[in-house]
Amino acid sequence: MAIRERLSGNEAISYAIKQVNPDVMPAFPITPSTEIPQYVANYIANGEMDTDFIPVESEHSSMSATVGASAAGARALTATSSCGLALMWEELYVAASNRLPLALCLVNRALSGPININCDHSDSMGARDTGFIQIYAENNQEAYDNFIQAYRISEHKDVRLPIMICQDGFITSHAVENIELLEDDKVKNFVGEYNPENYLLNAKQPMSVGPYAVSNYYMETKMAQNTAMQNAKQVILEVGKEFGEMSGRNYGFFEEYRLEDADYAFVIIGSAAGTSKDAVDKLREQGMKVGLLKLRVFRPFPDIEIAKALSNCKAVAIMDRCEGFRSKGGPLGAEVKAALYDYAKDVTAFNLIYGLGGRDFTVESAEEIFKELAAYVEEGKAFEEYRYVGLRGESYSIARTSKGVTSDVNADRA
Amino acid sequence: MSYNFKQEMNKPERLAPGHRMCAGCGGTITVRAVLRALHEGDKAVIGNATGCLEVSTFMYPYTAYEDSYIHNAFENAGATMSGVETAYNVLKRKGKIDDTYKFITFGGDGGTYDIGLQSLSGAMERNHDFVYVCYDNGAYMNTGIQRSSATPMYADTTTTPVGSQSNGKMQNRKDLASILAAHDIPYVGQSTLLGNFKDLHTKAEKAIYTEGAAFLNVMAPCPRGWRYPTEDIMEICKLGVETCYWPLFEVDHGKWILNYEPKKKLPIEDFLRPQGRFKHLFKKGNEDLLVQFQEEVDRRWEDLLYRCARD
Repeated sequence: MAIRERLSGNEAISYAIKQVNPDVMPAFPITPSTEIPQYVANYIANGEMDTDFIPVESEHSSMSATVGASAAGARALTATSSCGLALMWEELYVAASNRLPLALCLVNRALSGPININCDHSDSMGARDTGFIQIYAENNQEAYDNFIQAYRISEHKDVRLPIMICQDGFITSHAVENIELLEDDKVKNFVGEYNPENYLLNAKQPMSVGPYAVSNYYMETKMAQNTAMQNAKQVILEVGKEFGEMSGRNYGFFEEYRLEDADYAFVIIGSAAGTSKDAVDKLREQGMKVGLLKLRVFRPFPDIEIAKALSNCKAVAIMDRCEGFRSKGGPLGAEVKAALYDYAKDVTAFNLIYGLGGRDFTVESAEEIFKELAAYVEEGKAFEEYRYVGLRGESYSIARTSKGVTSDVNADRA
Repeated sequence: MSYNFKQEMNKPERLAPGHRMCAGCGGTITVRAVLRALHEGDKAVIGNATGCLEVSTFMYPYTAYEDSYIHNAFENAGATMSGVETAYNVLKRKGKIDDTYKFITFGGDGGTYDIGLQSLSGAMERNHDFVYVCYDNGAYMNTGIQRSSATPMYADTTTTPVGSQSNGKMQNRKDLASILAAHDIPYVGQSTLLGNFKDLHTKAEKAIYTEGAAFLNVMAPCPRGWRYPTEDIMEICKLGVETCYWPLFEVDHGKWILNYEPKKKLPIEDFLRPQGRFKHLFKKGNEDLLVQFQEEVDRRWEDLLYRCARD
């Protein structure tokens, strides 16, 4: 019997950590992820778990110590947000290239500056090419479920890559919602024991970790990582299916919400998918065929699968909670458009930026964008692309119709 | 406990020959000397900050280490070993391993005095049970002899070059052993490569087998950076001690102990003259620089004597 509870996202993921009971957790506080090491330290202080917590002096050291613990043969993890992730940047690559299956609980927050403690995806999106698997959650339930699946994916012999379990800062991490928890023994059985093949503390076979590799070897290590990332796709699906059989909650690369017959769709990550689903429901009631693709797995990037799911849409809006500073949108837009270019050229796709630094994204905004997609296709109206949703003042944008670009704000100024 | 040099030298090497460090490198001599202090049968995990030692002893696919070894990055050798040592404690507690391991991390002065100081400070303050050994050659030798905070005043380095308007490095060197002692860790020792290696061996053994965090600062000359004939390394180290430039001392559970006091303290010129990096100090007109250098050595030596006498 599942356990019904009311928990915040941080409480939920901390509870999952307690149930998984890993060996070592070094961490350094940063809003909004601070509660995670606090909850874990409390569980340990009260004898509810026997993980060793290392209260390190920085995030660089938290990931460094996590790397050390994982290389030694321990199941290890840390948690952070924003600038904390930026400080451990170098270590993310080290963890991935050493093929260490450690976990990082990321609570998404905007990067400085100006200092802002609220949600956007600029932290994890900046780390998208580090070699970490990245899995995102819409709400506390998904954050919990994703963490319970994390080590099954990362430790799989065909994968052996670090994994980042992301949830939206404050919106998910601090909002208390209903949740269904699994029983301890079910979690333990599902996750299993960690028995690494090679590790520093293996008395039978000493090991050296972290070599200097000259040009003759470096490229092969990258291909090995890339192969592992490709292998992760199958493993993520298998683990998601098995988790579904246990919990009744199935997980794949993404969730398709009323997408099957949709003419117009969003591609979106995280908590704003919930907001957008409300807009979808409202517009469906009005007879508009709209839907949504909520991306759960960003690394490995399921490009063919996304293109296939969107292939019957007339126009889609790719919603980025991250700026790419290329005057053409954000990283999700770039990657989804590349997938469509390769596998579904007929689908018109626009890229919009929303929710930076915790800017509110409303059901009304989402409805408006769906209606603009329809106006573009059905009435030939221009669609303002690359703009910031909900910005005060003028937004840089390029207006496109099916006949091409009609106006570029910058070009007009020139 | 008696120290038998011959017996120690007959122990199996834990750093295998064939690595690519320079001939006469003080760093490698330091590593071998420290690892000899491990009791036979005890296993070890060796850590390393990025530097000459790392890139020359673990070039994929070859490792020179008989023990397990981990290099992570430049500035985090302390934090990395914190993770390894903690993993050991947990896995032992959970019954997943049953061997006895010791943990020893090596870093140059770049990775220790400078970029790695925060990580080292954190690890020492948390009192992880490992030894951090700094092989101090007084500059960033791996990248080509740039100054560090361990570089002595007036040394000619590639970022403090001697020129018509420059006498080399303008600042005094940082006293790292004192900084580590101020962490109130169980054991801090300062040593160098001397005679039959008894001083370094004894301190390494103490550091390894003292419970909790320990730090060793070892002057490890670099013939290329210091510009002296490679074969003179032991003489250079001896002069460092006899001039009181590099005193031998330890701080054992808070107690400051002077391990050696020269019968006749030699003038600092004796240490500086054989080294090309100080050549300019012996030019006519630079006599006052030598006086200043001597005054700084004297000041620090008096300060050390005071600390040791107080205890």
